Amino acid sequence: MKIGLSRESFNGSLKQLQEEYRIYAPVSMAFKGTFSDTDSIRYKEITTIEEIEFERKSHFSPKETLLPITQVLFYFTEDEYKEPSSDEKKLLVFLRACDIHAVKRIDQMYLKNGELDPYYKHARDRVKFVLIGCEESFRNCFCVSMGTNQTEDYSIGLKLTAEEVLLDIKDEDLNVYFVGEEKEFQVDYVTSNDTKVTVPDNLSGDVAKSDMWREYDKRCIACGKCNFVCPTCTCFAMQDIFYKDNENNGERRRVWASCHVDGYTDMAGGHSFRKKHGDRMRYKTLHKVYDFNKRFGYHMCVGCGRCDDACPQYISFSTCINKLNDLGEAEK
Amino acid sequence: MKNGYLPIKSEILEIIQHTDIEYTFRMAYKGDVKPGHFFEVSIPKYGECPISVSGIGKDFIDFTIRRVGKVTNELHNFKVGDGFFIRGPYGNGFDMNDYKGKEVIVAAGGSGLAPVKGIIDIINDNQVEYKDFNLLVGFKSPEDILFKEELKVWEKDLKVILTVDQAEGDYQGNVGLVTQYVEDIEVDDKDNVAVVIVGPPMMMKFTVEAFLKRGIREENIWVSYERKMHCGIGKCGHCRMDDTYICIEGPVFNFSKAKHLYD
Repeated sequence: MKIGLSRESFNGSLKQLQEEYRIYAPVSMAFKGTFSDTDSIRYKEITTIEEIEFERKSHFSPKETLLPITQVLFYFTEDEYKEPSSDEKKLLVFLRACDIHAVKRIDQMYLKNGELDPYYKHARDRVKFVLIGCEESFRNCFCVSMGTNQTEDYSIGLKLTAEEVLLDIKDEDLNVYFVGEEKEFQVDYVTSNDTKVTVPDNLSGDVAKSDMWREYDKRCIACGKCNFVCPTCTCFAMQDIFYKDNENNGERRRVWASCHVDGYTDMAGGHSFRKKHGDRMRYKTLHKVYDFNKRFGYHMCVGCGRCDDACPQYISFSTCINKLNDLGEAEK
Repeated sequence: MKNGYLPIKSEILEIIQHTDIEYTFRMAYKGDVKPGHFFEVSIPKYGECPISVSGIGKDFIDFTIRRVGKVTNELHNFKVGDGFFIRGPYGNGFDMNDYKGKEVIVAAGGSGLAPVKGIIDIINDNQVEYKDFNLLVGFKSPEDILFKEELKVWEKDLKVILTVDQAEGDYQGNVGLVTQYVEDIEVDDKDNVAVVIVGPPMMMKFTVEAFLKRGIREENIWVSYERKMHCGIGKCGHCRMDDTYICIEGPVFNFSKAKHLYD
């Protein structure tokens, strides 16, 4: 069903939806950015369309709505533990095409690699997606190169005009919430980005030995921002904490982890791998555009470009992919 | 929905001290466990860490644990009758069918003896099923030797070369790296050999090379990798090498596969 409705009417629908759903969308938080006088755009629960940031790319990805930065696995007392009671409310998440493609990657890891992850599964079963169309490409995006600029995998597709909100409602469960006039339109998607990458198709593990990674030994400061803003990075670390007022009680959590940050590979007894930052860059890069594909049959990177937006050292991941390709071309 | 992150509490049946910092904890456990499997061992408040199984019985499993980190330091304050949490077994483990009827050689370095001890136990108990068996094991010094009692038992029937990197005073045994003794192992038929190598990364690298040099084929060598496994079930990402998750497809690999893996 394709309809057009006013913003007021849309907000009314959101209000109704909130009885059953938590609604998450990218929100601009004024002056919360890393640098002075900058905003931070990240996912928050919203109640009206006015709160949603449509003009700019979100700094953080929607993955945190499904995979919280910190997630309690269970609470423990000395001998017993208890799983946290689960939120039964459904989720409605506003996101862009690249990020919907990214969810497929998270599914791959948490639902299909080894046994099922019950915490992720619980969130995933309750979520529906609202696709925000992209009229034009943002800076550093290379979704077209990665084939993630378009998707049909949404419950509602959304296009915003000056007068109205246009919705392509595919999920029949959601039809009842929205009242509007039938209207023919297409959800926007970009067909070209300024940034283009060519993912090499002839890579082998030998590229790990290349000198190209040495450039990043000093440039990369191993802050891990690129991992944390990435919609497809899924690594976590286990963490136990105990409460100050009762040291016998506490919780076991998992928290996001970064393969760039020190300590990622540390083992008891002092062994660790990839001490050079360039090797960490290599480990991440090859995962995104080489070995994930080897394992699952498609590339992990969705070309959202958030890593490039976030890097304090202005390291460009898209440039790195192209360098890899040049390396491959030279060998041909 | 099954929750793989929830551990079970297991009771400590026995504690065997090997060195000042290494103890074997015999834990109550019933279930199917193979040598080479590992468990996530945890103490609430201190955290969780992967520990490989060093012995398997009908109602118990052994963990040989060195005191080197937050969890393992705390563990050494535990006494018989206490319990800690475990979940597993994880990993592929060693498949004894790969070794049956062959001249089996196990080369272990230091605490690398723990994950392969189960193999030695099985072979020791079923000697007729294996054509020959050699154990080559090295430790840093005589004080670091693990499983002293077991070594005495194995030495009765099996061929054992025990060496230490360095020794002071009037130490009577072999001194030198494991790699120096690879040559001393008698091999009857090079094509019917199965070599299992487990130890610190450098020891494994050079020991594999030494066996390859002796003409043992890559397909007849197995290694077991140690990595930082936070989840044990293919989610946390820490143990990935190339496109392979050590916790799911490993930690035991045939060397013909392992040689392609890089960190």
